[in-house]
Amino acid sequence: MSTPTAAAPSVDATARARDLLGVSRLTNAALTSWLHGLPGVDQVGCEARAAGLGTRSIKTTSKAWGIDLAISMIDLTTLEGADTPGKVRGLCAKAITPDPTDLATPRPAAICVYGDMVPTAKEALGQSGVKVAAVATAFPSGRALMPVKLADTRDAVSAGADEIDMVIDRGAFLSGDYLTVFREIAEVAEACVRTDGTRARLKVIMETGELVTYDNVRRASWLSMLAGGDFIKTSTGKVSPAATLPVTLIMLEAVRDWRDLTGEMVGVKPAGGIRTSKDALKFLVTVSEIAGDDWLDPHWFRFGASSLLNDLLLQRQRMAIGAYSGADYVTDDSPSLY
Amino acid sequence: MAKFEYAPAPESRAVVDIKPSYGLFINGEFTESQGGSAFKTISPATEEVLAEVTSASEADVDRAVAAARRAYNGAWGRMSGADRGKYLFRIARILQERAREFAVLESLDNGKPIKESRDVDVPLAAAHFFYHAGWADKLDYAGLGTNPRPHGVVGQVIPWNFPILMLAWKIAPALATGNTVVIKPAETTPLTALLFAEVVQQADLPPGVVNIITGAGATGQAIVDHPDIDKLAFTGSTGVGKMIARSIAGTRKKATLELGGKAANIVFDDAPLDQAVEGIVNGIFFNQGHVCCAGSRLLVQENIADDVEKRLKRRLETLRVGDPLDKNTDVGAINSKAQLQRIVDLTAAGEAEGAERWDNGCALPSKGFWFRPTVFTGVSQTHRIAQEEIFGPVLSVLTFRTPHEAVAKANNTPYGLSAGIWTEKGSRILWMADQLRAGVVWANTFNKFDPTSPFGGYKESGYGREGGRHGLAAYVTTGDSK
Amino acid sequence: MSPTATRSTGTDARVDVRKTYKLYIGGKFPRSESGRSYEVVDGRGKFLANAAQGSRKDARDAVVAARGAFAGWAGATAYNRGQVLYRVAEVMEGRRAQFVAEVRASEGVAERRAETIVSQAIDRWVWYAGWTDKLAQVLGGLNPVAGPYFDISAPEPTGVVAVLAPQRSSLLGLVSVLAPVVCSGNTAVVLTSELRPLPAITLSEALATSDVPGGVINLITGRTAEVAPWLASHRDVNAIDLTGAADADGVSWGDLELAAAENLKRVVRPAGEGSGAVEPDWSTTPDLGRITSFLETKTVWHPKGR
Repeated sequence: MSTPTAAAPSVDATARARDLLGVSRLTNAALTSWLHGLPGVDQVGCEARAAGLGTRSIKTTSKAWGIDLAISMIDLTTLEGADTPGKVRGLCAKAITPDPTDLATPRPAAICVYGDMVPTAKEALGQSGVKVAAVATAFPSGRALMPVKLADTRDAVSAGADEIDMVIDRGAFLSGDYLTVFREIAEVAEACVRTDGTRARLKVIMETGELVTYDNVRRASWLSMLAGGDFIKTSTGKVSPAATLPVTLIMLEAVRDWRDLTGEMVGVKPAGGIRTSKDALKFLVTVSEIAGDDWLDPHWFRFGASSLLNDLLLQRQRMAIGAYSGADYVTDDSPSLY
Repeated sequence: MAKFEYAPAPESRAVVDIKPSYGLFINGEFTESQGGSAFKTISPATEEVLAEVTSASEADVDRAVAAARRAYNGAWGRMSGADRGKYLFRIARILQERAREFAVLESLDNGKPIKESRDVDVPLAAAHFFYHAGWADKLDYAGLGTNPRPHGVVGQVIPWNFPILMLAWKIAPALATGNTVVIKPAETTPLTALLFAEVVQQADLPPGVVNIITGAGATGQAIVDHPDIDKLAFTGSTGVGKMIARSIAGTRKKATLELGGKAANIVFDDAPLDQAVEGIVNGIFFNQGHVCCAGSRLLVQENIADDVEKRLKRRLETLRVGDPLDKNTDVGAINSKAQLQRIVDLTAAGEAEGAERWDNGCALPSKGFWFRPTVFTGVSQTHRIAQEEIFGPVLSVLTFRTPHEAVAKANNTPYGLSAGIWTEKGSRILWMADQLRAGVVWANTFNKFDPTSPFGGYKESGYGREGGRHGLAAYVTTGDSK
Repeated sequence: MSPTATRSTGTDARVDVRKTYKLYIGGKFPRSESGRSYEVVDGRGKFLANAAQGSRKDARDAVVAARGAFAGWAGATAYNRGQVLYRVAEVMEGRRAQFVAEVRASEGVAERRAETIVSQAIDRWVWYAGWTDKLAQVLGGLNPVAGPYFDISAPEPTGVVAVLAPQRSSLLGLVSVLAPVVCSGNTAVVLTSELRPLPAITLSEALATSDVPGGVINLITGRTAEVAPWLASHRDVNAIDLTGAADADGVSWGDLELAAAENLKRVVRPAGEGSGAVEPDWSTTPDLGRITSFLETKTVWHPKGR
């Protein structure tokens, strides 16, 4: 199947929301009754389902295929206060040539950095096809006034970011002020429009670790999609728990059901805490069996990760050479500073 | 066509050592039959002959009962509860140590997916021994009455759907309470019981405490009719359960019967839908639907019936049917040719009666006994597929409008084993649970089992409970000794 | 008709009003649909009364009444059931003299013995009345399953229970088998002692003036051997107590158990060894056995989550 490479054209999220909700004016009450009308999530059942998917045994050819797919889905991330242009350039080099011993190794989907590093990353990646994603909107807490968040976004977009990873106002969400969250997402989505009319794709970080319940994750997912997010993303990576399998399962159910409702696909990005190939394969199994194979594509599913890449590369080498590889045989551009 | 094809991931058969033929385990050792014949047990997934086993004769049953009686009058009867418990703990540990072996053998002989035998049957079997071991020296605290003491020799006949688990459900409470046992596994699934005989030896259980004899209905009848049996425990069909009840009528033999079911799994419009769909799937496709408490009747509230049906069918298309030993298999083989024929006949009747048939269209292996996960919609209470236990991967979907209607339809059956309720409304769960005439009610879950949790039916689903404090009651007499 | 038991001896004597003994079904006192009655005599063969001779159709009607009353009785609060049963004891106490006289006549015992029997029968109602709201706590409880589930087991009544009341102990025996059946919420169809039915009939009058809802207890007088097989084979009867098969003329409890197997009734066999049957001693304090024999255990699971 053909994979779209650009963001879908910008929509009037408010008009569409009114249409979907069947209301003449989008109010918090209307959003509340819509979101609270979604089926509940039973925690135990949901976690049992995720655990069941986690027992799938992926071997030989399907494992090799899955590892390459997982590599191609990585948003290779560095989001540290200590980040420097040198560090970012190193990461970009890693993205362009993940495994110098095997040039057939696929490249990650994107480099994910703070907004000020976008020009550096853009330059370093050149025409490699690896995209640049920037976190924005007062990441990771989101505690800033709206004009600051919008400026943050526009700045990254104008610096050439292909994708924007925004955070929602969890305080507003948890206090039931869904309309504020909706508006923020919709406005940030507007700010993703470039001067030439094209758009950076918008990933909406819900920070599921702070939403706590699966019911909240489901509601936040639907709210984010309704407000025009191109992707729903679990976490900033700064809060634990981050990307768990059950949370991702809930989000995959949401995008599946959203497509049933609207015909549109929305991407899913678990981020934070996924470090091993075994974990990554469990997520791919879950993508396949919950949302369907249409989402098994870097355009629709990403891993926000840093150390995951090297574990996938180790496994890839293991399958190629028939022996276990070691950390000295994969390059590391982001070792711990401490 | 799926993008993500899972490569075969078969569990190794090498861990099990199947002998070409088996005798009868009587008085602590394998012995030759006296006048019995031999029959073959096959893998239902491939029709491969796995071993030849013995069809025990009446003389064999007599020997087994005599051995059990000697053990009861001898070492076992004199043993302290604490020591009996230690034997049960030993058995639990050995089952855990040999878990892989039991799981592979169970999947081979029964056809159930390895992930179920590995994650459910065998761990639960070990857990049953572990739980009951602790009771052996605490029976005075079980609240069963004064002076609890064993019946004597217990005859046990178990089915083919959970061979090692049902063996554990039967043997563990019997031994914990001080009885001795003659047990017969089902004719199509004798191998894990015969492997369990090795565990009995490994645990150094005194000879005759557990006797394992194989055979078909005639052997079972010989156990039931044997005059020196004090108590019977049977799990199986309601038809055979009634035969047993008739056989012991007018005698002083006690019995517990765990029989068939036609459970309603009731889904309200405020249910946690994705988990409800999982519960429906688990309810009827777990163990190929060879489950007495299977949620074989889906009662779905009419206003969400279409949505649930769509979600269910989409989910069923991801079920992986095939090699029981493949770790990714969700649905294995039908246990026997005869059972497959019954499923085929009943589903044909469902179509003939006007219900709409759907299956997931999956590919099936060319050899062995297989049936696609199947859903009937537009089913009425009067259809045979809504009344009779199919005991296969076949779901009948009915609708309802009000809680009262759901209860009435759920209870409108001679069975009363289990039921499911799916709703986020707590008060409705409790009201429904009160109304449903069923021994086990799963609310927002289904097909959960635990050694501490009593299991058993109302009405024609049998009598007595297995598991928990309640399960012990069937194995003891209380009150003043005569 | 039979000769009367008490003949007028003088012209000034009042002509007494004689009682018609009837069945007790659905809270009403019908005659047998068969129109039959039979003579009841005392221990020395002296005529006492004519009792209705219940038929299979009377048994059928009684089962319908018991089934109809089941949901309400089982669904009543345990506290309410306890009060209702205690009220039976109160009403019996008020009719004490009548019960004593009938036990004397029926069982041929001395007055003092009859007094003791009636006292024990009344006390037995009180004993069982006190059980109604204890059973769930004593017999049920939380099961500590190995998983994130709330899992609870509680006793529930089995349904409609047929009871063959003891043949000898016409009142204490009757109460001893009836009270444990109904205290947990079952409804009962009782075949009374065939030859000693009068205390049972008087009990039915006490029941009718107590708070026991119609249909919860149904009493049929008549020939045990005639009616019991119909109850044993009745598909809408969930359990049967065969205690009264002991000393019942022409009754084989094994045959009744065989018939009961057809719908897997819960069966309480008569006391005794082998195929024999003996009536137990009713004077000792019972245990829970007669209650638990007519209970189902229902186990309910629910996940625990956020």
